[in-house]
Formats: sequence, C-alpha cells, structure tokens
Amino acid sequence: MFKAKIYVNYKPSVLDPQAEAVKTALSRMGHDNVTHVLYGKYFELTLTSTDKASAQAEVETICDRLLANVNMETYRFTLVPVPVEVD
Amino acid sequence: MRAAVITFPGSNCDEDLQWALTEISGIPADLVAATATTLTGYDAVFLPGGFSYGDYLRSGAIARFSPIMTAVKKFAAAGGFVVGICNGFQILTEAGLLPGTLQWNTSLHFICAPAPLEIVNSDTPFTNAYPAGTTITLPIAHGQGNYYADPATLVALETNHQIIFRYTDNPNGSVHDIAGITNAAGNVLGMMPHPERAMETLLGSTDGRGVFQSLIHTMEGAGSNVAN
Repeated sequence: MFKAKIYVNYKPSVLDPQAEAVKTALSRMGHDNVTHVLYGKYFELTLTSTDKASAQAEVETICDRLLANVNMETYRFTLVPVPVEVD
Repeated sequence: MRAAVITFPGSNCDEDLQWALTEISGIPADLVAATATTLTGYDAVFLPGGFSYGDYLRSGAIARFSPIMTAVKKFAAAGGFVVGICNGFQILTEAGLLPGTLQWNTSLHFICAPAPLEIVNSDTPFTNAYPAGTTITLPIAHGQGNYYADPATLVALETNHQIIFRYTDNPNGSVHDIAGITNAAGNVLGMMPHPERAMETLLGSTDGRGVFQSLIHTMEGAGSNVAN
C-alpha cells in the first residue's frame, strides 16, 4: 500500500485572488516581510497498489482528471509506502 | 423542437430555464436528471445555473463525471446544441467541451447585479435574433465567473469569432472581458449571465429572450432534428 501526499496549486502565471487576499491581510497585520503567498489544496490518498510505478501512474491520472484543473493548476505529490496491517 | 434541462444535485436555475423555454419561448422542455444516460429525442440541451455537487473541489469538477455528461458529450459531438449558463458554463469547461476555466472573481465577492453585454458575434445559433453590435443587459449571479484562458487559447477564440458576449464594464476580472463563448464548431455555448432571468417586462427585462428565439430560428432553418 502507498500513501500519496498531493499538493495542487495555481500555476505561477495565473493570478490567484484568494492568495492576494491573504497577502493583503498579512500586510494589514504588519507582516510586510511576506512577499509572496501560494494558496493551494492538499490531499492524502491511500492506495492498495503493491508497486510504486503503478501507484505513481494512477495518482497522475487522478490528478490530471479530477484533483487539478490543468488549465490553471499544477500538482506535485510524494508516495510513501504504508505497512499493511496484519492481525 | 424539444429541449432537455439537466438537473444536477445542487442545480437551482433548472426550473427557471424550463419556464423560460416552455412558457415564454414555446419550446417544450423536460427536466432530465444527472443520472440519466440518454438524450434521445432532444434537439437542444441546457445545463443550468446553481451549485452542482456543492461546487466541491472546483465548480463543475464533480458534475463533469455524472452519468448524463457522457450523453451530453456524444450529443455535442453529433452537432447538437448545448447551452451552459453560469454553473452550466463551469461544467462545460471542466468537461472539456469549452476551453478555459472560470475562477474566483477578482473581488472575491459573489456578484448579483445587472451586467451590460455587447453581442460580439450575432451570427451564431444562439444570438442571430439580436442585431449585430447590440448591447443588452442580463443579470449575473456568481462568485466564480472570472474567465481565464492561456494566451494561445485567447488568440484562437478571437480568431475564430468564438467570443459571443463581452462585458462592457468588466465585473469579475475575466480576460478580454469575456462573458460567453462557443466551441470551435459553434454548437456549444457557455455564458455566465442568465438570459432565463430576463424574460418578462414585469420582472425587469426581456433582453434574454433573444437567446431562445435565436435557437428557434436556427432549428426552423435546419429542419429541426439533430438528436443523437
């Protein structure tokens, strides 16, 4: 089994109004040293795949088709083996 | 001519659309559930506004995988007329039937207001009842109507005359002031403004009627049958 930790963010070329709002709020709070805010989504999926290559391929398909809108978002993920519990 | 209006879980403009089609425009229209798998017998398909599947993940992202969407894609590929309004436009972009994406309004506010629109292209099945260069006013009601497409897509949209409606006073940050577009083939329309909410003088405006009248003109001219 594998656990996929997936991050989805806007592409740098796309202006994200929500990230801008957070940055504005930080500035109002006095955090003028914050120069950039990236605002994204985080997912954890647990897969029953037995080999890493097939888990990798499946997560890529899931991201491309559902979790990210590739028109304006990019994603990256890591795969961590999960020990199968034995009774 | 007979129209289908798709009801997704969370759609809330489906009955308004059915009323605009049936009662005002004289086009018989049925509500078709998102779980249906066929659109046989219909000449036009409407995807209504609302918050399908709670807009979870992204607006339209879950609706795109509902069973009816396989039939909608097939219907569109066969040349059938498909109209997505507001959330329906968002679903069509997620489904890949229209290019681009609708993201949060730059103000982050949900905007509910009349929006003046330029009819950029009146030579389409959806706008031929409007004289070229007309400005109409339709209500908008959305939080995520800020149209985005990459520069190459925008060039294609402009070159192919796929931009149908433009805001004259951009309310939401849309690139090129885009309020509505068609696909390259010209049979799929997506628009953020709500023509079905501008059908009665008593309710403020009849500017939306032209969208439905245009389809009637088109279908009469074509002999009315493109169903799959």
